[in-house]
Amino acid sequence: MTTAQTPLHKVRGMGSSHSGTGHFWRERITALALIPLSLWFVYAMLGMVGASVVTPAQFFQHPWNGALMAAFISFSLYHAALGLQVVIEDYVHTAGNKIFSLLAIRGALLACWIVSIFAILRITVS
Amino acid sequence: MADNPQRPMATVRPLSPHMTIYRWPVTMMTSITHRITGIGLTVGAVILAWWLVCVSNGIDGGYGSFMALAATPVGELILFGVTWSLVYHFFSGIRHLAWDLGYGFDKTLAERNSMIIFAISVIGALALFATGWTGHGGYLQ
Repeated sequence: MTTAQTPLHKVRGMGSSHSGTGHFWRERITALALIPLSLWFVYAMLGMVGASVVTPAQFFQHPWNGALMAAFISFSLYHAALGLQVVIEDYVHTAGNKIFSLLAIRGALLACWIVSIFAILRITVS
Repeated sequence: MADNPQRPMATVRPLSPHMTIYRWPVTMMTSITHRITGIGLTVGAVILAWWLVCVSNGIDGGYGSFMALAATPVGELILFGVTWSLVYHFFSGIRHLAWDLGYGFDKTLAERNSMIIFAISVIGALALFATGWTGHGGYLQ
């Protein structure tokens, strides 16, 4: 026996799409989390209209606001990665272009996430 | 690609009519708009990251030039597009979650709430911008 995977596990993981319902489920869970987070985000952004840099800096220094912003960004970008993956899979049909597009989008979103989280931490400690 | 073994006689076989031939029902419009606003919101996430970096730079760290750029007509237009995308994707997304639970598949109901979602998204985005323009925003200062 060369693998610990049971035949059932192999079958479940190797359908025509090569994956199960994990993608669908994660898209829904992140969507659900983004309902309250989006409402909070709109409240926060509207409250900073016309403000100087001091207002957002002090706002995000509050632990709750910094954490909520990190959560909003993280769930948004993860949801975006899952959603854009479907768009590419629907419209890009050549294997090379598809793999390149998927990697490029995931790389760009990951870079965006790292920059955002680093900026929030930098605001928090400054 | 004529010698591609996976696509024998691809041009010879009869084809079912593609989507271009059909009249566009409003539910098709909401479906593609959900997708387009999702892409728009991804652009919005990049702008948000840029804004956070400006905030993290502190005073004289680019926040002023970001806000000046945002206040230009093109900047306002982009921000309005992202705001409308957020409102649209929010309500359309909730409807998608309802569909996943098995509710709202009735044709007339789906067509009617499609129009409602379009209306709410435009009114909601305008209301958010009007709140800012009339000085009712900025309450966190």
